[in-house]
Formats: sequence, structure tokens, C-alpha cells
Amino acid sequence: MGKNMIKVDEKGFYGKFGGAYVPEMLYPNVEELRLNYEKITDSEDFKKEFDHLLRDYVGRPTPLYLAERLSQKYGVKIYLKREDLCHTGAHKVNNTIGQIILAKKLGKKRIIAETGAGQHGVATATVCALMGMDCVVYMGALDMERQKPNVERMRILGAEVVPANSGSKTLKDATNEAMRQWINNPVDTHYIIGSVVGPHPYPEMVARFQSIISKEIKIQLKEKENKENPDIVIACVGGGSNAAGAFYHYYNSPEVRLVAVEAAGLGVTSGKSAATTALGSPGVLHGSKTLLMQTEDGQVVEPHSISAGLDYPGIGPVHAHLFDSGRGEFYAVEDEDAMKAGIELSRLEGIIPAIESAHALAVLNQLEYKDTDVIVINLSGRGDKDLDTYIKWGGY
Amino acid sequence: MNRIDQLFENKKENILSIYFTAGFPSLEDTLPIMQAIEEAGGDIIEVGMPYSDPVADGPTIQESNKKALENGMNMKKLFSQLGDMRETVSLPVVLMGYLNPIIQYGVEEFCRKCKEVGVDGLILPDLPIQEYQDEYKETFDKYDLRNTFLISPQTSEQRIRTIDEQSDGFIYMVSSHGVTGAKSGISEEQEAYFERVKAMNLKNPRLIGFGISDHKTFSTASSYCNGAIIGSAFIKVLQDADDLSTSVKNYIQGVKQG
Repeated sequence: MGKNMIKVDEKGFYGKFGGAYVPEMLYPNVEELRLNYEKITDSEDFKKEFDHLLRDYVGRPTPLYLAERLSQKYGVKIYLKREDLCHTGAHKVNNTIGQIILAKKLGKKRIIAETGAGQHGVATATVCALMGMDCVVYMGALDMERQKPNVERMRILGAEVVPANSGSKTLKDATNEAMRQWINNPVDTHYIIGSVVGPHPYPEMVARFQSIISKEIKIQLKEKENKENPDIVIACVGGGSNAAGAFYHYYNSPEVRLVAVEAAGLGVTSGKSAATTALGSPGVLHGSKTLLMQTEDGQVVEPHSISAGLDYPGIGPVHAHLFDSGRGEFYAVEDEDAMKAGIELSRLEGIIPAIESAHALAVLNQLEYKDTDVIVINLSGRGDKDLDTYIKWGGY
Repeated sequence: MNRIDQLFENKKENILSIYFTAGFPSLEDTLPIMQAIEEAGGDIIEVGMPYSDPVADGPTIQESNKKALENGMNMKKLFSQLGDMRETVSLPVVLMGYLNPIIQYGVEEFCRKCKEVGVDGLILPDLPIQEYQDEYKETFDKYDLRNTFLISPQTSEQRIRTIDEQSDGFIYMVSSHGVTGAKSGISEEQEAYFERVKAMNLKNPRLIGFGISDHKTFSTASSYCNGAIIGSAFIKVLQDADDLSTSVKNYIQGVKQG
């Protein structure tokens, strides 16, 4: 395996996937970002502010916690990377902090964002409040129902939440609407995309902001295990931002297994699923070429997952490449099994995980590993926002 | 000769291009609408290929895409509807849509089919110029299909030059910041942009689209270029029509003559 196997090229491609398939009306915005984001994010000025806010505002580094009772249960050493302890309750804020500083340096006055579970919306509304910028969040009307507390959190933080009423009224449709609104307001508005999706340079930019996760894992594991590399890193994948962050510094360490867990919904073949790598084929959505759940005729299929954050018919281009190249191992977990894994972690460790993260936990039942392995599971978010779903499910 | 080339050779001004979504309002309306546009005196017919995620389009065209897909429209069906269009339609026909359905259909097969039924050109807003040059142009040329790129008020002069270089057929000038159907009327700021592009003396003819809905906006836009494109406003006419053919004719004659 080549040392730089997983790396974005200058046209924004990871292998066959990526690029910037945007209407001309968005070209200047995307180009402005492409030309400036590395320069800005590499500057001392930026790094200083980013590091400061991650430490004093977000609460980083987040702990790498040895989950002893969970480890005992599965007969293997399991560490949890506690992104659920980030301010706002999930890893999403790592990216929004980075992008809001970037937006400010680009002279933007106004922020728009899409959100699925509402975690990215909350993280965006939070940094907009912090920086005193106007904020509009587009959210699928169905997701607004499923994630009411997050809708109100955004409103408390001063953001306007606008329902997306097209299609399945979930994340895909919220993203369509945010892109349209960016086309309508190209000059003063920055679009904070919440995952490693969208036109280049978004996937790489978001991955870099999230890469703090694996950067910290390396340091923390060195302290605890006297080695930087675990045997396996596990993360759930909707668009794939927490996975990209957890995998980032391990991409080119082939001895580390990278396990990506998608949402199988009611079952991969049930027609109610969001398992993109199992069901998808190459296509273009939201500005990049990636794996996509679609009909033979190239119409995008409506996904399903009990977890709003995984309910997306595509996957970030870097993950499509991890799948295609064989560097990543992809699994799919059904709604029911994810819910049970969420309850299991609650009972064994006193941590109620987000249902997204519960998918990553549930894969322990499918995965082959050695009892001498060290596994890191990225616990991307906490379950507070999912209480309604846990209650409706009721199996506890 | 390609009908787009022929049109621009013979007609330099007040060219009226009409967009509608194939399979809307009813699945089998595609060809009758094309015939009505021709009879009413339109100059170019843009047939929209419906897509589940039309990000460059506002609510009116989104809804028409959704309805058309629900009606059962797909690429195969579209080509079968267009199969004998050249018996009754002589205007240039341009297919407009998003890249993904074409990738799934197969680019070469799609182009071959276009040529076979008599399509003259394509407008694919999410096809990047570089990708077009590297992977599509040769195939489009092989099947004599003209490719139209969009420019917007944000597009730099240098990029407009590149687009002009790469385009054949015509350039689609998006009149304002916005998705289709978002605004109506033409502001002074827009007129300044029209003026600026006009002064660039591009080699390709230009049509202005987005926000064109009636005789007034059509005439204003046409005074800066070779003509204009109507989409959302026409979709609304189709939506409200009791008799498609009559409504289409009345509307188009109104746009042309005031």
C-alpha cells in the first residue's frame, strides 16, 4: 500500500470519487473556498484561535476512556473516544468552529447550514451565537418532528430554523435547500456543510477540522497503551464526518483496521435502509461523485434509518474511496440492533449514546477481532437528543 | 446542419426559448406541448429531464420534476416520446437536466439516443467545464450535440472568456443571484451586468434566463442579447391550463407581442 494512498488530489478526488459538480452560480463561492481555505487554516492566526476555542470552549481534548465493563462483555480491550462530551453534545462542533473562523476571515456576514439529527444545526447555531453572526438552518420537516429538542435549542441560540418540505423531508432535502439558498445569496453568505460531503474542498476541509479526533487518539493511546495505533478504529457513517476524523491519521497506517458502520435501517434489503456502500453505485449528488443509493434511472432513493444523522442516501467521497480501495471495512447495523447497543452501553458504562454512535457500538456483535486487540470506538455523540426515540422504541 | 446553429445564423434577436419539464402536467403531454410551442412561435424548445434533486431550481420547477417522476417519467420513456418528434417539430430541441441520470444511462448511449431522435443540444448545470473538456466533449461532438454553459453575475470576466471558448451553440446568462423562478422583474444592477457581458463581444450568442416571465421582461432582456429563456413562468401556465394547446399559444403570443 502506498504511503499516501488516501489523499485528495488537486482536482478534489479521492481515487474515483469527489470533484466539484456545482452549477455555475456556485462556482465563484466554491472556488473562493478552494483558493483560500488551506492558506487561512495553515496560518498561525487561525490555528491559535481554533486551538483556543477547541480547548476552552469545546472542552478538548475529549477523554479516551477505557470502557472496562464493555471490554469484559466482548472479551477485548475497548476504548471510547468521548466526542459525546464536546460542548453541544457531539463531534460536529469541531467542524463548525473551524468553518466559522474561516467564514469570518473570508469576510462573510451570514451563515447557512443543513442539519439531519440537528446536532450540526445546533453546533452551527452555537458558533454563530459565539461570533455574533446571523444563522439560518435548513432541516427536513420530518427531522424537525423527530428532533424537536434540537430545533428549540437552535432557536434559543438565535438561529432561524427553516423546514425543508421536499422529498423525504430529511437530510438530503435539507442539503438541497441549503444549496439553493447559497445560490440565492452567494456574496455575503458562507455555507457550513456538516459532513465530509459536498463539492471540493468541503469533504477535505471538514475532514481536517475533524482530524483532531484521531490526532488526540494517537497521543492518548500512547499514554495508556504505549503505542499510537490501535488495532481497530470503529465509527458510524452517515455522510461520515466523525469517521473521517477518527480515521484521518490512520488512513495510511495499513495495520490499523478502519471499520465504518452504516445504518441498515429495517434491513439492508428491506427497501428501508441507509446502507449506502451495500446498496449504492457511483453517482453525483450534492456536488460530488460518490456512492449513492439510486434507481436504475439515476433518481436518488429515499433512505431510512431510525437515526436522523445516518439517514442519508450518499456517503462522503473519501469513504466511497475507502470502500472501493478496500482500505476500509464496511458493515451495516439495523435499527433494532443499534437501539439495543445503546441500552447496553447505558447499562454497562452509564453512558447513553446518540443512536448514530450506537450503530458503531452494535458492530461489535458482527466484527471478528482477536482478544488481544485494542479497539477504539468513536462515541460521536450523546443520547440526550434521542430520548424521544428511545422512549418510543421502549425496549429497555 | 445542427438546428441551433441554423437558428442563430438566421435570427439574431428576440429569440424565445421555452423550458418545460417532460412528463408534466401529465406523462403524455411532452410532445403536444412541444408542438404547441412551435405553433405559437417559440424558437427553441428546452425539454427538462426530471430529477429527484434539482438543486439549481426553485419551488415551481422542483414541483414539476417531482410530479413528472410520480407520473412515471424516466429517460427511456422520454426517448420513446421524442422518438417521432421530428415528424411534427422542426424547432431546435435542447435537453436540460442534471448529470446523474445521464451517467446512469451511459453518456455515450445517451448522446447516441439524442442524435437518433433529433436532439440538438444539452444544458447540464452541474457538469463542470473541466470534466466536460476531459470526458464529454468528444462524445457530444461525435453526435453533433451543442453544449450550453451557464454564466451568472458572479462569473469573472476571465471565466466568461473560458466558457465562451468552450461553448458552442449559445451561452445561458443567468440573470441574477438565484435559483430558477426566485425573482421576477429586472433591476438596474442586472441591466449593468447584461451591458457588461454585451460589451465583451463574445463569439457565442447569448440568451438570458431566470426571472423572465412576460413581454416586458422578455423585451428588456432581449435588448441586451439574442433573446431570453422562460421556464418557471411557463410551468405555471401549464399548471393552470384547462386546454394546454390554447394556453400555451396565448401565453407565448403574449410574451412575443405584449
